[in-house]
Amino acid sequence: MNQPDLKVTLGPLELKNPVIAASGTFGYGQEYAPLVDPNLLGGIVVKGLSLKPRPGNRPPRIVETPAGMLNAIGLANIGVEAFLREKLPWLRSLDTAVMVNIYGHSLEEYGEVAAALRGAEGVAALEVNISCPNVDRGGMVFGTDPAVSAAVTETVLKNMDKPVIVKLTPNVTDICAVARAVENAGAHALSLINTLTGMVIDTKTGRPVLANVSGGLSGPAIRPVALHMVYRVVRAVKIPVIGIGGIMEPDDALQFLMAGAGAVQVGTGNFANPRATLEILEGIGKYCAEKGILRIGDLTGGLNE
Amino acid sequence: MELESPSIASAAKPGQFVMLRVSESSDPLLRRPFSVCSTRDGAILLLLYRVVGKGTRIMAGTKAGSLLSVLGPLGRGFEAPGAGEACLFVAGGMGIAPLAFLARSLGERHISFKAGYGTAAEIIAPELMGMKGIEIALATDDGSAGYHGPVTGLLEKGLGGESRKIVYSCGPLPMLRKVADRCLEKGVACQVSLESAMACGLGACQGCAVKAGPGEERAYLHVCGDGPVFDASAIDWGGE
Repeated sequence: MNQPDLKVTLGPLELKNPVIAASGTFGYGQEYAPLVDPNLLGGIVVKGLSLKPRPGNRPPRIVETPAGMLNAIGLANIGVEAFLREKLPWLRSLDTAVMVNIYGHSLEEYGEVAAALRGAEGVAALEVNISCPNVDRGGMVFGTDPAVSAAVTETVLKNMDKPVIVKLTPNVTDICAVARAVENAGAHALSLINTLTGMVIDTKTGRPVLANVSGGLSGPAIRPVALHMVYRVVRAVKIPVIGIGGIMEPDDALQFLMAGAGAVQVGTGNFANPRATLEILEGIGKYCAEKGILRIGDLTGGLNE
Repeated sequence: MELESPSIASAAKPGQFVMLRVSESSDPLLRRPFSVCSTRDGAILLLLYRVVGKGTRIMAGTKAGSLLSVLGPLGRGFEAPGAGEACLFVAGGMGIAPLAFLARSLGERHISFKAGYGTAAEIIAPELMGMKGIEIALATDDGSAGYHGPVTGLLEKGLGGESRKIVYSCGPLPMLRKVADRCLEKGVACQVSLESAMACGLGACQGCAVKAGPGEERAYLHVCGDGPVFDASAIDWGGE
């Protein structure tokens, strides 16, 4: 039996395989290194960075929900300067694509974070989180408005010399409209979905469990929603799409690839099973070998309709 | 629950914890953090739990001989007492787990051990936790055994006297707050083991943040990696 070729091409970005660790669930890579050899992964998206360090939200920050969890970490991070100084040297030594997730609270901040990472050796791509509130627009989330999403994309592209992936929020009326706007603005790829907004109330105290009231829902609970959004966006744009949302097992990842995703990210799955990424990778390889699929690219979009 | 894992049992230090996946199902999704209560023969781990929700219900129904996924040992454990220090242990409910492990590791050393429970029926026999020859002063909220009232009611006497002391404590937050406040006021060294909701246990998710005390560089500390054992002065006890 021929070993399938697992290499994937996402526009200008080449990955050795389609399994990527998702932002915010894999720290800066080192946290999982005792359990997962990062060199085996297609890529790692590191914890979202802002210009300055941010302490994050008051606890409680997480709560488990049926087949999922809500988080309101509050984008706690060490800031881009400390990342370049303390984290990137180790990440650079890895044989995997290191993608840096960034966010801002104003267009200007997005541009500044991107500029700080411009030319940084060892950064393969940026992933832009547009699911945060815009302080210049009364806290409206950037990614809910196609024109604003496009403006963020243009700003980041202007300040960056590497491929730019824009991570879409599902908390919108029409995710395809945002996807097309971001594509027209020049993004090299899309990743979706970010978390769905939700809340849990503790009826004993009558208070929301999360100090932040609401949080982002992730895990298997959101998988069918995510899969359908990927399916729709793949048909709305020409740029590559990375599928995210409750991927725990090889079969979950295969569903996203069949729907048309060029690669997948594993997020919350890492919490339940720290070795989820590697097990998924192995399972995809096995599936391809059994089906006689020689290139992983042949699987992408291979949906019988 | 007893688990056979030579690698974890031989490496675990008092105060450290493990992340247990109670089932392969995705509901409940997350692993549960448990302090190691005791180890035996370098191979067996004892975890203490009470059925409070979905995860612990599944644990209670787990058959002997089942294979479970356990990650550990994780986190920073207790620091051993100084040579001349008198040891005072204050446990609330299931918070006795890491203290039992620490007590056992101190061998023949004298420990003044106070344990509080809701009611007599909840009391866990010391022998079950591998503790022999350690006398435990009990307190119950309903007065059904020992002192009638919170275990912190037994604290004051223990904090008196001239000898240099160290307090080790684990239990519900309001109890720990009281213990920490009293120790900080009296200038008595105090180490607490904190509990928190936690997704990864590895320092990646930052879900288990606690507000740091005024002397700390960072605004929040993480129970999984900076703790679960903290010096009482490292925590902001006014915060949530």
